[in-house]
Amino acid sequence: MATQISYDDVEVGTELPGQSLPIRRGDLVRYAGASGDFNVIHWNERVARSVGLPDVIAHGMLTMALAARAVTDWVGDPGAVLEYGTRFTRPVPVPDDETGTLVEVAAAVAEKLDDRKVRVDLTVTSAGHRVLGRAQAVVQLA
Amino acid sequence: MPIDPAYAGRTYPPTGPYAVGVEKIREFATAIGDPNPAYRDLAAAKALGHPDVIAPPTFPFVLTYTASRQVIEDPDLGIDYTRVVHGEQRFLATRPIQAGDLLTTTVSIDTIRSAGGHDMIATRAEVSTTAGEHVVTALSMLVVRGPDGQE
Repeated sequence: MATQISYDDVEVGTELPGQSLPIRRGDLVRYAGASGDFNVIHWNERVARSVGLPDVIAHGMLTMALAARAVTDWVGDPGAVLEYGTRFTRPVPVPDDETGTLVEVAAAVAEKLDDRKVRVDLTVTSAGHRVLGRAQAVVQLA
Repeated sequence: MPIDPAYAGRTYPPTGPYAVGVEKIREFATAIGDPNPAYRDLAAAKALGHPDVIAPPTFPFVLTYTASRQVIEDPDLGIDYTRVVHGEQRFLATRPIQAGDLLTTTVSIDTIRSAGGHDMIATRAEVSTTAGEHVVTALSMLVVRGPDGQE
């Protein structure tokens, strides 16, 4: 595993560069095809509203994948991400327009672990609300 | 009616083998908008010490989502899929999935509990090579909303 970030250069509280990533309706269609998750609430507004959702919502796994960018762009080698988990606490509605919605990711080193690993905690928001809960990654550093 | 917690521990037949191809990894990376060359370019992946192009950290979901349908479609559990919400997801990797892998996925139910009219089913999907090498474990919490449940 090759990464440019040294364990010795980070402390608890070290902030990773933030990310601001758009999700548009077309991204949901593309993710449905790539992942195999064709749940109708991710592409059909009529059905989404009929089950009590405000609009078509993003796949939780797409939001989780976008949030991971804060970690993988920082560490360079995505293979350094040993653990990655989250709770899906709030749906991310995606309006039917050109801009869609933005997922904002802030991340910081929360704990230095054994074997030159760190735990990174992520704060993931959309439209001013936290959409992921307890989003954490364990990353192997150099 | 709550799902019987006695089904905790049930293990489903392995799925696959799934042949991981570089174009599938590239397709997935494009779908999550991630230009990282480790997902696309053999030389870049090798420069990082990987034998082939690697997959993003959430790629295992492609395999485990399909395998987990065995739980959702298990007639003994009687789950109404329209009421299933993905509550939680964790990946514990021994190594990244890489192009050329031949993978099987074995899904089991860790726990079943009911609270507030909802059923919470914790599933475990073990992804290994056909040679038996562990690659990644995916832990999912499926929430089955009760008929009178709050949104």
